[in-house]
Amino acid sequence: MMRINCRTIARGVAEGEVLLTRDPISFLGNVDPHTGIVVEPQHELYGQSICGKVLVFPYGKGSTVGSYVIYQLFKNNVAPAAMINLESEPIVAVGAIISGIPLVDRLENDPFELLKSGDRIIVNSTGSFVEINKDQS
Amino acid sequence: MYLTQEEEKTLEGEYGQSLQKAIEILVALGDIYGADQLIPVKSAQIAGVSYKTIGDAGLEWISDLEGKVKIPSILNPAGMDITRWNEMGIDPFFAKKQHEIIEAYAKLGIQTKCTCTPYYLEGFDVKLDDHIAWSESSAVSYANSVIGARTNREGGPSALAAALVGKTANYGYHLDEMRVPVIAVEVDCELSGSDYGALGYVVGKTVGSRVPMFYMKTEPSKDEMKSLGAAMAASGAVALYHIEGVTPEAIRNKFARPDEIIPVERRQIDEVYETNREIQSTEIITVGCPHCSPAELERIAQLVDGKKLQKEMWVCTAREVAEKYPDLVAKIEKSGAKIVCDTCMVVSPATNKYASMTVNSGKALAYVPSMCKVAAKYASIEDCIKEAGVVDEN
Repeated sequence: MMRINCRTIARGVAEGEVLLTRDPISFLGNVDPHTGIVVEPQHELYGQSICGKVLVFPYGKGSTVGSYVIYQLFKNNVAPAAMINLESEPIVAVGAIISGIPLVDRLENDPFELLKSGDRIIVNSTGSFVEINKDQS
Repeated sequence: MYLTQEEEKTLEGEYGQSLQKAIEILVALGDIYGADQLIPVKSAQIAGVSYKTIGDAGLEWISDLEGKVKIPSILNPAGMDITRWNEMGIDPFFAKKQHEIIEAYAKLGIQTKCTCTPYYLEGFDVKLDDHIAWSESSAVSYANSVIGARTNREGGPSALAAALVGKTANYGYHLDEMRVPVIAVEVDCELSGSDYGALGYVVGKTVGSRVPMFYMKTEPSKDEMKSLGAAMAASGAVALYHIEGVTPEAIRNKFARPDEIIPVERRQIDEVYETNREIQSTEIITVGCPHCSPAELERIAQLVDGKKLQKEMWVCTAREVAEKYPDLVAKIEKSGAKIVCDTCMVVSPATNKYASMTVNSGKALAYVPSMCKVAAKYASIEDCIKEAGVVDEN
């Protein structure tokens, strides 16, 4: 196991499969709050579900209502298990906190170099680290 | 970020889950923006009220919270007049949802006064250097600039978190160094009334989110500064501005003149009045963005006294202000204009049905086309009333 230090934004621990995109996400408009599917045709993750995934993306963008959309995903049981950002901003940070979704940023290694979609990882935001099973890559 | 023992306990969940989430929001924002500590705030104004903007997602979150706010807290404008929504043509389903949102806030001890001008209300008369946590962009601009209080532009959840905890993270406009002007706006003509809203509309885009210092030939009134700030916060993202010799911090701090300069000429102000000039006659006239002050209500009452208006006209204000001045309200409504409380032309879905609107607000001019899909024209308050079609009652 490889342990990568990071910064805690929303506390919690979760394990899941990585879903990675280099596109920023506007939760209001890009993601269907009822299904967890990315519905924006221009988005790299178009048509994919973020439900139960460790969603890795650079940062959030768009309307601050996005925080509430994350909460709605959580209430509908289609939220990501955890999220990793390069640099978190208030919309995603607040959405993650009110929904109890672990969120970290500023990994000591570039997550886009380190991770790929399909990897199984543990995000331990409470302990400020991410654990990766190195054998798989 | 440094936390007191009490704050640590809150973060560990000793005082329940809602308070834990609230302080977690404040700490996360503090970490993101590099705050050193949490600081007490005197009052909170909470965004995320109109069902048009927050929808079911927001309603669910607010309904799930428990506890009571620790400081005087009020709300941003809602999507409708709370009592006269039916007259406004609001759909009953929307009204039901809007009431649910307001009741959910009331349960948390928040005063259900919905206005973008909290500074006119009792209990919200903030002073120079007070720290507050306000949300609505024009209220933030007025508090920071005209009053010299200190607030960031809070989002709905962060303002609510500040209200529950009674504190906010110490970053951004709470700090002296973030309040220093970095760009000069030189206005080479005399301005009055709605010219200030036009000025804000013009320069907001260039200023962006920076702090400007204005150098003007004329000294604006507080109502004129309200229009200027509201427009800049809408066409740009200006949360604080100074006016040389006028605003309290400009007077006290003697800021150095910024190197970067934006010159403004009369022609640019006049162009704002030319917006959509091909539209001969607009369907509705709306004023009170931000909500009218008592002085503005008095001016409108004077202008419409003894007249009958031919078109739909809204005069938006805070309910508390309307209730304090029943004579002005009666005079204005006698002309056929409607006093609209708790909401405005921008956040209410009731204006979507019109094709065109005349406004005297640079903020409304910036938002009405995109948020309501209505073409907007700009005019002074006097011309707005002319546009409403005035005939003498006798």
